[in-house]
Amino acid sequence: MHETDMTKALIVTIQDWWDAQPERPTIEKVHLVVGAFTCVEPASLQFAFDVQTQGTFLDGSQLVIKDIPLVAHCHTCRRDYRPEYGSQYACPTCNSPMEDIRSGRELKIDRLECVAV
Amino acid sequence: MHQTFDAALEMNLLHANQRGADHNRAHFDEWGITCVNLMSSPGAGKTQLLESTLEGLKNLKIAVIEGDMTTELDADRLRQHGVPVIAINTGRSCHLDSKMVAGGLHQLQHDYDPASLDLVVVENVGNLVCPAEFEVGEHIKVALLSVTEGEDKPLKYPVMFREADCLLITKTDLTPYLDVNLDQIEANIRQINPNVTIFRVSAKTGDGLESWLEWLQQTMTHQANRLQLTV
Repeated sequence: MHETDMTKALIVTIQDWWDAQPERPTIEKVHLVVGAFTCVEPASLQFAFDVQTQGTFLDGSQLVIKDIPLVAHCHTCRRDYRPEYGSQYACPTCNSPMEDIRSGRELKIDRLECVAV
Repeated sequence: MHQTFDAALEMNLLHANQRGADHNRAHFDEWGITCVNLMSSPGAGKTQLLESTLEGLKNLKIAVIEGDMTTELDADRLRQHGVPVIAINTGRSCHLDSKMVAGGLHQLQHDYDPASLDLVVVENVGNLVCPAEFEVGEHIKVALLSVTEGEDKPLKYPVMFREADCLLITKTDLTPYLDVNLDQIEANIRQINPNVTIFRVSAKTGDGLESWLEWLQQTMTHQANRLQLTV
């Protein structure tokens, strides 16, 4: 359940930002970007966020997670492809190994939707 | 009237951990130490490999930072080899993070002279998932996969095998008793990480250990050269 720790890290980062704001706005939505080639399960993150924000400045904020698919680039075929997570990561056309990952490693706090108090 | 607005953060979710890892790495660099992060599932043989490594590299000054969820069993085993061992109980956390390792480093600095060390091995908590995302300040990531775990594990836990600089296929002495194809394990790892260095080892019989120890020492030399170039 490392999503618990990830959520803690997420809350601390947002708290740092919020504390630095002269007028503490209400944060309505927290937008995350989570790649498919990470060890993060969005549903667990959502659950941990709802539990851990209770009674804090983020109580009632909504966590919005944007999933990013795993996309690799094959240099031999000179094209992008989508590996099959759990079974096939090499290029389906020429079988070259997964060299470059174009997307899927993201773990980012993208933006906050706020309401000025 | 209430005004709505967007605040762009664009920050890594693990920003704080990453910052801590960079801080730890700066300490290692300052002390001229190479740091290895040793990771695998529980029971893949990290501690036994480490014991063989300590015996095989008696010429070097090595310390171990040992992550364990609740016990000091592994730490006690390693202390018998006469090296400094800092035990970190991670509690309910299933991986070491950079803050825990920073705590270990402070203790190391307090009890020993870190500048006299050549190598620090961080033995992570047995887990193929989380440790892959939490850097601790290491220069090299070494993953272990024992032959009993099967050929499909790299495909199921790809992030760990993608991140590894070196992969040790362990417990090869058991291969005759198993329906396992070591070439298939290697092929599965290579489709995820074509640049990884792979060794087949048995800490029990000593098979393959020489190549691993040679590689480790070469990597340490590269590390030292890199530091001299930047200083």
